[in-house]
Amino acid sequence: MLETVILIVFAMIGLSLILNLWRLLIGPSVPDRILALDTMYINSIALIILYGMNMGTGLYFEAALLIAMLGFVSTVAVCKYLLRGDIIE
Amino acid sequence: MIEWIISILLLIGGTFVLIGSIGLVKMPDFFMRLHGPTKATTLGMASLLTAAMIFFSTTQDGLSLKEILISIFLLLTAPISAYMMIKSAIHHKLDSIERTKGKDKIEDDV
Amino acid sequence: MRLDTRFKWLPTPIRSLLLFVVWLLLNNSVSTGHIVLAIILAIVIPLATNPFRTKQPLVLKPMLALRHLMLVLYDIVTANLEVAILILGPTKKLTPGFVKVPLDLTHSMPITILASTVSLTPGTVSAEVYPWRECFTEGEKPEQRFLLIHVLNLTDEEALINTIKQRYEAPLKEIFQC
Repeated sequence: MLETVILIVFAMIGLSLILNLWRLLIGPSVPDRILALDTMYINSIALIILYGMNMGTGLYFEAALLIAMLGFVSTVAVCKYLLRGDIIE
Repeated sequence: MIEWIISILLLIGGTFVLIGSIGLVKMPDFFMRLHGPTKATTLGMASLLTAAMIFFSTTQDGLSLKEILISIFLLLTAPISAYMMIKSAIHHKLDSIERTKGKDKIEDDV
Repeated sequence: MRLDTRFKWLPTPIRSLLLFVVWLLLNNSVSTGHIVLAIILAIVIPLATNPFRTKQPLVLKPMLALRHLMLVLYDIVTANLEVAILILGPTKKLTPGFVKVPLDLTHSMPITILASTVSLTPGTVSAEVYPWRECFTEGEKPEQRFLLIHVLNLTDEEALINTIKQRYEAPLKEIFQC
């Protein structure tokens, strides 16, 4: 049963990634696109964790942790660039 | 039994992540769009990672608690990135929709 | 509000404990080698990074802080259900709005915690703190500050401000004793 549920959740997260991509493409302003990118980072963490569960290995955990950290830092860096025109003052 | 718990947690998590993205697409202005991803997606990820934690603790030998680190990290960083984004939106003077109350409370930043 | 810890060789005891636990969790083992390495890291990293740090207020009531954390976690779950229903419902009926909450807290660290709590809990996202000052100088009389928040569905402004002040700000004031 767990295999079926994992497949269903795969489909759900894939769908939400497509919705995020739609917002990233049409998003009228730059902060909208940053928001869409940030959400895509988080959803891809979910996708990687699910893939690890599907394969039955815990090897993908480090990748998920790295994506979480890089996603946060890049969101903050891009926002800082929008705010000040400079990342490190 | 444990399989049931994992399945239910996975489904709850997937639903919340999906709701967050639906909110991102559906809402009319930036400030309302921000609510979906910051809240629903964070709870959805916490639920998914709890499911992964139970799964790896039961299928592999030994307790596996490291998934909780990602949940804590996301829980700590979601408000901060939301704050940075809303600050840059205010700085760029994005329009909020007509019926927003209290627009005059926004002050110009330096 | 107290800024300095009692121990010289352990400037931030809670952060040292956190480093210890995170190292063991990352390696997912409790073998002797990893415990020794974690203890060394937990002592050396805070000592090395201490000169860069600005002084932050200490948690003076740890039990109350734990209870507040539990309350916030419970509120995150319930608030998420509310927000999910609001998102799936008709968009036309939502009345968003900006609200200014007057703050009693003065130091930037409790304000940051309050803003993060507000962002995660009841249908609100904190947007800005007025007037914004990054540094906190001792002996100076602090001015009145405001927290600007954006609400997804604003029905009763007074009730919302009261909830935030009593439910989230009052415990923080007591925890940091300021």
